[in-house]
Formats: sequence, C-alpha cells, structure tokens
Amino acid sequence: MAKRPPPTEFIIERDDEKCIACQVCVRMCSNDVHSYDAQTDTVFSDSGKCVGCHFCETICPTGAITIGRNPSEFKLNANWNAQVIKNIIKQAETGGVLLTGMGCDKPYPIYWDHIVLNASQVTNPSIDPLREPMELCTYIGRKPDKLEIDYSKKEPQLKTKLNPQLKLETPILFSAMSYGSISLNACKSLARAAGEIGTFYNTGEGGLHKELYKYSPNTIVQVASGRFGVHKEYLEAGAAIEIKIGQGAKPGIGGHLPGEKVSEEISSTRMIPQGTDALSPAPHHDIYSIEDLKQLIYALKEATRYNKPVGVKIAAVHNVAPIVSGIVRAGADFVAIDGIRGGTGAAPTVVRDNVGIPIELAIAVVDQRLREEGIRNQASIIAAGGLRNSADVIKAIALGADAVYIGTAALVAMGCSLCQSCYTGKCNWGIATQDPYLTKRLNPDIATQRLVNLLRAWSLEIKEMLGGMGINAIESLRGNREQLRGVGLSDTDLKLLGIKPAGEAW
Amino acid sequence: MKKIKNQISKIKNSGYKAKLKRIIIREEYCMGCRLCEVYCLVQHSRTKNIIKAYKGEYPKPQPRLIVEEKGQISFALQCRHCEDAPCLEACITGAMYRDEKTGAILCEENKCVGCWMCIMVCPFGVIDRNREGKKVISKCDLCIGEEIPVCVKNCPNEAIVYEEKK
Amino acid sequence: MNYAIIGNGPSAISAMRAIREVDLRSKLTVISDEPYLNYSRPLISYLLSKRIEKDKMVYCPEDFYKENQVQLILNKKANKLDIKKKNITLSNRQIIPFDKLLIATGGAPIIPEVKGRDLFGVFTFTKLQDAEEIARYIRYNKVKEAVVVGGGLIGLKAAEALIELKIKVTIVELADRILSTTFDKNASSIIERALEKVGGKLLINNTIVEIKSKDKKASEVVLRDKRRIRAELVIVAIGVRPEIELVKGTPIKTNKGILVDNFMQTSIKDIYAAGDCCEAKDLLLGISRPIAIWPVATSQGKVAGYNMAGVKKEYSGSFTMNSMELCGIPTISVGQTYPERKGYEVLEHFDKDKPIYKRIVLRDNRIVGAIFVGEIERAGIYTGLIKDRVDTESFKEYLLKEDFGLIILPKEYRKHLVTGAGIEV
Repeated sequence: MAKRPPPTEFIIERDDEKCIACQVCVRMCSNDVHSYDAQTDTVFSDSGKCVGCHFCETICPTGAITIGRNPSEFKLNANWNAQVIKNIIKQAETGGVLLTGMGCDKPYPIYWDHIVLNASQVTNPSIDPLREPMELCTYIGRKPDKLEIDYSKKEPQLKTKLNPQLKLETPILFSAMSYGSISLNACKSLARAAGEIGTFYNTGEGGLHKELYKYSPNTIVQVASGRFGVHKEYLEAGAAIEIKIGQGAKPGIGGHLPGEKVSEEISSTRMIPQGTDALSPAPHHDIYSIEDLKQLIYALKEATRYNKPVGVKIAAVHNVAPIVSGIVRAGADFVAIDGIRGGTGAAPTVVRDNVGIPIELAIAVVDQRLREEGIRNQASIIAAGGLRNSADVIKAIALGADAVYIGTAALVAMGCSLCQSCYTGKCNWGIATQDPYLTKRLNPDIATQRLVNLLRAWSLEIKEMLGGMGINAIESLRGNREQLRGVGLSDTDLKLLGIKPAGEAW
Repeated sequence: MKKIKNQISKIKNSGYKAKLKRIIIREEYCMGCRLCEVYCLVQHSRTKNIIKAYKGEYPKPQPRLIVEEKGQISFALQCRHCEDAPCLEACITGAMYRDEKTGAILCEENKCVGCWMCIMVCPFGVIDRNREGKKVISKCDLCIGEEIPVCVKNCPNEAIVYEEKK
Repeated sequence: MNYAIIGNGPSAISAMRAIREVDLRSKLTVISDEPYLNYSRPLISYLLSKRIEKDKMVYCPEDFYKENQVQLILNKKANKLDIKKKNITLSNRQIIPFDKLLIATGGAPIIPEVKGRDLFGVFTFTKLQDAEEIARYIRYNKVKEAVVVGGGLIGLKAAEALIELKIKVTIVELADRILSTTFDKNASSIIERALEKVGGKLLINNTIVEIKSKDKKASEVVLRDKRRIRAELVIVAIGVRPEIELVKGTPIKTNKGILVDNFMQTSIKDIYAAGDCCEAKDLLLGISRPIAIWPVATSQGKVAGYNMAGVKKEYSGSFTMNSMELCGIPTISVGQTYPERKGYEVLEHFDKDKPIYKRIVLRDNRIVGAIFVGEIERAGIYTGLIKDRVDTESFKEYLLKEDFGLIILPKEYRKHLVTGAGIEV
C-alpha cells in the first residue's frame, strides 16, 4: 500500500450516558472533529483530526468527553519509538519539513528538578514575608562600575550618571511572542497584565499593532532579522529595544509565520504582503561579526538618544559564555538567553528538539564567565526557555540571572494546553490564531486577570522561598550559588552549574 | 397616614430603579458556543437536571433566549426588561407585569391567553410562543429567584454580564 | 386638581396609571357605563366559547383603585358635558366636576340599515354583555345555525367562538376576502381554508339585505343575490366607529372621532381624548385617523395621562397593528399591508403546505407594512423597523430569511435600539 493516512494520536472517548447532544463541541472544534447526525440525534467524533487541545473537553457542560491517547501500539522498540515512526510516515507522505509549535518536548534532563534550595534553620533565621517587607524590585540595564558620591553639599549627591534602566516590580517578564504567532487579543492581555503588575512584555518580531501603542511604557520592542514592522515610531514606543539574534526553539534559523496566519492586519503591522509566509532570514544580513553587532547596538542607541536600554537576545548554544561576553563588550545593556526548551509558533521539529542547550547550564556558565572577566555589572542577564513555576524562577536567579522571561507559562495561563499545533493557525483557545472567529474566544479582560494572577502567585511564592532562606531582597539571591545544591547530578554538571552537591555544607 | 404611605411607596419605587441589574451583551466576546442556551433550557425544565432535561423530558423544554449568529458575529439575546416596555402596554389580560424587586418583566402564565400582541410589539423580537404545548408566551424571566441569571453564570467568555444599569 | 376620566377601558386605565405615577394626591374619578371592575374586550370571544371564565378578563386588579385612591363610578353613563362649567352630568343626575378631563369612551359597533335588525337573535359583538346575552340566547333557543355578517376581526373571532360551540356558521363578507382591511389575498386564503376545514362557510362579495323572523326571532337572512340562509342567530360585525355622542353639541372638534393634538389634548384646553374614540397621528399615512387597537389605546392613554398631570409628553404616533390567532393559525399584520398606489415594493414568501405566509411592503426602502401568517417569530422587530423608519437597503435581501434577527440590522442601529429604556445590544 503506497498511500497511508496520518496516524491518529488521540482517541475521543464520549460517555454516551452523559452526552446530551447539545452540540457545543461540534460548534467549537476548529478541526471539525465532532459532527452531529440529526437522524439519530447523536454526536460522533473523528478522532483522527484531533490535535489534543482539550477545548471540547473543557467546555462540555456534562463532562462527557475525555481525550485519551490512541492505545494502538507499535511493537515495543526502545530505538524506534512511536513518534519516530510516525514522523517518517509523515515525511514519506509529504516530502516536507516537519513543523511544530511550542518548546522541545524530548526527555532531556531538566536541571531545575535536580536543584534544591536552602532554608534557614537556627542560624540566620527565616523572614516572614507576611510581616516584613520583601524586595522583589529588579532593575534591568547596565550598572555603573563604581559610584561616585558628592559629599560637599548638605545632602549627599550621586555624581555618577546612571544608564537607562527598566524597573520591574517582580523579576519576571513576558517573553517575546510576536503578533502574528499569537492573536491581538493575546498581545493585549500580555500588555495589560504587564502594566498592572509593573513588568514588561516583548513584541517579538511581529511589529507593534497600533492598538498596542498605548501600552508603550511596558513594552520591549524587538528588532529581529526580518526587521518586520521596524520604523521610527516603533523604536520610540519601546521602553527598551531587544535585538534578536536567535531564539531557543530554533537556534541558527530565523522566525517563521506560516501564510495561513498572515491576515490583513498582520500584513499592515509587519509591512509584508498578505497571505505569504513571513520567513525571517537566519542571520541579520547586516550583522556578520561582533563588530557589526556593536554597530547596530550603538545605531539604535543613537536613534533613541541613549534614553532606553538596548539589549540582545540569543539562543543558548555551545559557546554561549564567550558569545555573551562579546555581546556585553559590544555595548548591550542586557542579554536575554533562551534555552533549548524555549517555545515558538512554528519551527522545524528536528531543530526545535535537537539544537541548543538547557538554560540552567547556560546561565550558570555565562554568569561565571562574566564575573571572572569583571564585566558582570555591564549587562543584565535574562533567562528564558521553559521556566514552569516560581521555583524555576528563583533557581534561575540564584544561578546568576537578573530576571526571567516566561512565554509558555503565560500562554498556559491564558488557556493553552500545549497541543503544539500553533503553526496551523487553528488554535481553539483563540491564542495562536488570526481567525477572527477564533480570536474572539480569548477575552482580554479574563486573560489579563489570569496573567496578573499567575505573576502575583509566583511573586508571593518567591517571597516565601526567599523568606525561608533568610533573605529579604532578591538582589541578595542573585548569583548566590551557595543557596543551591544539586541532587543526582554528575560532578561535571555540578562543576558547570557551580553548585555543591546536596549534603555538602559551606 | 395615607400620605406617608404614598410617599414611602414613591421612595421605594424610585429606590429600585437605581439598583437595577440587567444583562449587558458584548458581542465581541461571544464564541457562538450556545452554552447559554443549554443552561437556560435546563433552568426552565421540570427537573432542572441537565441530563434529564435533554434526554428524559417530553416535550423538550424551551430556552428563553435566542442566539443570533451570522458569519463571525454572534450573541445571545434575551428580554431587555425595558423601562418603557411596549409589551406591558400591549398585554390585553394584564398577564405581563413588572416584578417590584428586580424591575424584571414577567408573564403570569395563568392569565396569558396567547393573543401574541406582545410578540407583535417587542422591538427585539425576544418573545416567542410556547412550544411545549401551552397557548402562552415564553420569554426570559431574568431567572427570578436565582442570584444571577444562569446564562451569565455559565458563559465561558463573559460575553454576557450582569451589571447595574448605568 | 380634579381629574375625571369618562371610560374604563385600556386607554382610561393607562391614563389613570400615568396620572398616579406623577400625582398621588389629587382627586381622580373614573366613570364607566358598565357594571364591571374592568375587563379586556378582545377576550369576549373566549368568554362566549367558554375558553375562559369571566374573572380572568380583569386586567387591572381591584387593589390598584384602592391603593391609588381612584374613585370608580360604575354603571353610570355620562350624559352631558358642560365645557364652560367644567362638569359632567351622569345618568343618575350626579354632577362630577373636573379640572382636567379625559374622554375615553371607546368605540361603538356600526349597525347597518337592514330590515330586521331589531329582532331577537340579532346581536352586535363588542361588549361583555353581548357575549353573555348571546351565550344565554344560544342555550335557551338551542341555536344550531348562525350567520355572522362581516369577515373582519370581530366577525371572525365571533365565528370561531360559535364553531367551538358546535354551531354551523356562515360568514357573509362584502369584500372579495376576509380581513380585507389588513390582509392581502394570499394571507386571507390561508385563514379561509382553515375556517372551511373546521366547518365554517364563507360567502364573499356578498352582504345581507334583510333578516327574516319567525315568532319574532331571527330565522333566516336574505342575501344581496336573493339567496336565503337559515340563521337562528345573527351577529352583525361590520365595523366599529368612535363613540362621540357625548361631545355632539359641544365646541370640541371632531371628524370621525375626537380630534386631538400631539399631546392628546382636544380643541378645548384641559380636555383630552384617547383610545378608540379619538383621531390621532398615524405615523405611516401622515394624517390623523382613528386606530382602534389595544396597544395604541394604552399608549395614547398614557400620553394623555402624563400631560394631564403636568408632565409634557409628546405622542409619537402609531399605525394599524393586529395580532389574531384563528383556528390555531397565528397571524400578525402591521402597517400598510397592501397599498394600492404605485411606488411600493413587495417581498413575499408563501408556503401553501405548512402554511406560512410572510409579506413585507416597502416604500423608498423603508418598511411600511408586514403580514405574518403561520409563523410570527420576531415579528416585533419589523414593527420597530416601521416605527423607526429604518432604511433597509443594505439588508433588504435578508428580511424574509429564516434566520432574520437583530444581527442583520446595521450595527449602529442594533446597538442603540431602544435608547435610554433598553440595554445596548
């Protein structure tokens, strides 16, 4: 048999006793999985089309639907597992590059889950976050080498001129997610939530939609290799500018917005023709060396009159430490490092799953290297790439990051269930789509509240953990490897992370 | 004594007007899922149990709201419980009346004779004939007795909200 | 301030409610020439056919009069109206003074000039008393065959009631179809067929010229074409006219009915008129004429009441509208349903089998009339479009579609449909 239908991943289980044939699932599934037969007054499902987004399961008023994994098994094979076999089948069918969305889902070791935190017992007592002030305030930007203070007047005056800083009320920012990969409603929710909490969101390489200009004070604008939507007002609108060299999901290649998602509004915001794929080139074609990067950084600083921090975002790759060192010396005010678990709207599966290194190692080595070179203060480090909870955040900061970017976590807060079908543009939750029928489903009022709730919850948890360690300011945890211990890690891992194994004292 | 009673009644009447809550529709958030219709049907069924209402009750209960859908726009439309309700004026039996506490327009089924005058004058077209075999009208009753109308309570995207009139 | 209302029908009660909303203290007297608390005249056919009991016909509860200090004088006719002295003389010689007066005397049936109209067994059909007398006559005389003269609303309702009482009914109609003032041929045909199915007989393009008697009671009618039909009971229902007997001889200006301005005031200051007895602005025709319809009466009464109590409210005008269910088929007709002049556009949908008939009449892309037979869902939206004179050019093709609703109307109109009183959609 030459032709083969694509293998079914999920099986829809419908409890007939609970199903009332109200047809809500039929109406709501953008993949047309469910249909209604008027003759028998029943709803039946075509499981082959299901992508596992769980929208129907969530919205079913009687809970009649369960999304199960297709129990149909291949013969057990440790080398040729089901996913590998299915991928080959797909490629034999289409001859195309396998695309996927979100972050790497392969079982590489998650170092976060092998790092544990300290707590105070007896000496250096804990601080109660409900009763004493806790400082989570973080500043992103270049810090001065030394401070000169003028004591001649009545009040001491700071002589050193400070570089522009971004003030964050909590060390968590929203990662770059372009308008195009996500809907305008999703962008609005991120922007509003950033404003309410006192942090920032990133435009990604989609340009800035005119309705989002009012959130400028909380916007970081990104200048990516495609330079989509980059013009004067755009640069003025950002509170900071981020030059995107790479992202964790697909290091070495440029961004990709499939043509299905390039609507009229996307077309006008990004300044590209409607309906065509928006492929960002792999390199910036005006950056072929570190000196070129320095030129661009300073060109942007000149253009914005040195009023705002200009930083660089890179993917975490093998030589991330010297690369970051070079970037810092090139004048970047902050460097964002995106690990292998970083998410995306569309990327070739093979690149997403195999290129890049985990962020935990990247942060540790970068922080170590910059300190050794005595230039750690010249740029803030922002960690990104699959941070899932406040524990990951606090560990990232302890390893050396100034702040973290969250992308996937923010989307999950808004409703995403990680079905990894973002590139189809049929996101049922109204997040990763431009179809106006679907984007309605994301009510920015509700989504903003959920994001604010998430950041608020994480901030409270961070305060709890800080207090537990006897620390009352996040600044004291920054790069404080002494507060971390490794569990079940090899000597090399421990050395790279710069932490002791659990059990070992000071 | 009568004078005081009248004045109290007037104050009482003007008081309720200030706190009226009505259902506000925001069509930009309606997904067209029709869960509002499902729960309205259940609320006005005999058993008030979702599975029994759909599978066990005959004749099938009737939802009191209309979900209008065209292309990508959709919204749930129910009785607006107007301040200046034409249906109140058109009712020939006095079956249509205004509930004192909530200001909602209700129909006393025992008095309704099914003349359909109210259907003729309602500019929103939200009154329908009863399809369950009774010659009376069927319309939204603001879920009198419940804290919040069930359509609002169960809308997954806050496309209908229950707020005080501005 | 002394308020007086002559009449106790829907416009009178509406006015009473409006006055009491504003003025809780002044004296308010309502004079009715019938002995009942109040009742809904459209329901008399259901009373006749025993579908409802008499007490169900009351639409304004007794405690309203008590709680609002309304003096209700029943069973007394207002015989004389003195404009200069500002008082009314009742049939029992009682004199009721007033500062502001509302004349809401309603309508009276038109009685044709035929021989035999005074015989026993010949009735008109507008008041509760008529229904009770007819019922009694049927029982006492074991009536088996009846003739209804007039195929309009009242005539058909009477016929429906008689058919339900298992009486053989023949309807004699002057025009070429029943409901000729509001229905076109298609709409009428559906009802005609339904009537025939339940045993009613219809004679069109005909009328009676004489009622013959036997033992002083009606026994048969003679038609224009000389045919004779057995008629143990004759109900004459060829139309109603405004009841303006009271104002004859007074300076109050009348035409067919009492003329009023946009505030429901007559040509005499402090005297108002509302309901079936007056002539007020017809929105569609641009002239004043009597419109004897319940919702028109109540809204006119309300405006009159407010103005009497000192709150200036302008009457926005109205137009013909009727809702009637016959033989289980609901029908609604609004506005000008079959204008005979040029310049009108007609949209129709006729499904003979169901049966369903929908007809929209437009002029300059604005709806001026509509008929619905069989399916009356959302009819009120069309009424609203007529009233607001909405330009339907952009959505005309959707007017008769099954999914017609507010959603096809322009967004701006939909969002501000009922300004102030309703909720934005």
